Amino acid sequence: MNEYESLTQAVIKGDIQLAVSETRKYVDAGADVQSILDKGLIAAMDTVGENFSTGRIFVPQMLRSAKTMQECMNIIKPLFQEGDVTTKGTVVIGTVKGDLHDIGKNLVSMMLEGAGFAITDLGVDVPPDKFVQKAQEVGADVVGMSALLSITMPGMPATIEALTASGLKEKVKVIVGGAPVTEKYANEIDADGYAPDAATAVVEVKKLLGIS
Amino acid sequence: MIIVGEKINTSRPGMGEAVEQRNRALIVRTALDQAQAGADYIDVNAGTFPKDEAVHLCWLVETVQSELDLPLCLDSPNPEALSEGMKRHNGAPMINSISLEEDRFKAVLPIVASQPCEVVALCMGRASMPTTVEDRVEVGKELVAKLMEAGISAERIYVDPLIQPVSVDVQMGIAALGAIREIMKAFPGVKTICGLSNVSYGLPERRLINRSFLALAMSYGLSAAILDPMDRRLMGTLLAVDMLLGRDEYCEKFIEAYQEGRIVEA
Repeated sequence: MNEYESLTQAVIKGDIQLAVSETRKYVDAGADVQSILDKGLIAAMDTVGENFSTGRIFVPQMLRSAKTMQECMNIIKPLFQEGDVTTKGTVVIGTVKGDLHDIGKNLVSMMLEGAGFAITDLGVDVPPDKFVQKAQEVGADVVGMSALLSITMPGMPATIEALTASGLKEKVKVIVGGAPVTEKYANEIDADGYAPDAATAVVEVKKLLGIS
Repeated sequence: MIIVGEKINTSRPGMGEAVEQRNRALIVRTALDQAQAGADYIDVNAGTFPKDEAVHLCWLVETVQSELDLPLCLDSPNPEALSEGMKRHNGAPMINSISLEEDRFKAVLPIVASQPCEVVALCMGRASMPTTVEDRVEVGKELVAKLMEAGISAERIYVDPLIQPVSVDVQMGIAALGAIREIMKAFPGVKTICGLSNVSYGLPERRLINRSFLALAMSYGLSAAILDPMDRRLMGTLLAVDMLLGRDEYCEKFIEAYQEGRIVEA
């Protein structure tokens, strides 16, 4: 039982009202915001991810918890000193050029955010140079790419080549996913990681960055 | 109801290996089984092989048609794969699909206009996925108009309203259903088609959701579905709903399927 158990449970349940009032309660009591974030919110989302991976909860429940966490974040974010939030790492994510599918990519974004990563979501139809430029600009640790179509999958190796050409490939980890994407394909194109779903993406990104 | 058997798809377990290893026997059996279960078209999809998709799709077309006299549904967003697959196809295939995204429309249009075929028009927007009924109808309208302008008759067009998961947005089911109704009303002769499994993504008991959605979609006017005809509960639902909608004279097909043991109770 951690000191933020009531908040953690509210986020796991996806009870926005309760989670928000619990967050306010801890803030008013003078709790450290970083520890509300780490021990209350992120701890909850870790459990949510685990429950999803083991098939105990489903996408709508995961989304509801992520939304609950976002609402709580809206309360504590302004309380951090500028640049004071400790993130687990920075992820630039998007659906590759020519591809407009965003459902899976959005789920991955949300779960990574819930796990404590800073996310820059470039949206859909993202060309290789845009991935590179943004990764450079924000100092990304990870570049995540999604594709749902056989014809747009080559956008992944194209982006990896662009990262290599700019000298960024050594500095970032590349993770890929999407319905037609397989682990084998990820290996072929020299991606660092592959995940079949949003919860696995979180586990994989942590592994790539050496976070336990 | 027109049934497109969905099982020969390299993203399904075992199928990618079967295609890579040229396992003729497994592919032929999967096609024959689906035909016997009531498929009118056999879908072939090699989308997990971005580099060799055309080669694999051609092999699938030749392999399936060497043993089965049914039209295939060539399922790919890749113009080259569609064009090569069509050249090897006997009779008129169903081409799945064309959509409004600029490059794709321009590349697929000459293929579907070049020889007799049926074409699936996917309601994907130019820059984003559709969300509302209106989004879908607007895209569908433009696709139908452009296809007819290119000389493709209404009867050869199947509009796919693009099914999205209700797990992510609970309005997605009713939005697709509404689009089916509006499209059937707006374009006499044009058919509607959809897959069933997207709707249940991210939820438990997906087959229950899929067959409930099929029943609803049929009552909203759906003409064709891409599904697993080996799923006897699903096929039972399909036959029962067809009968309930007054499309099975003397309840013949339903009773026959029961007598042959092809359906089971949900």
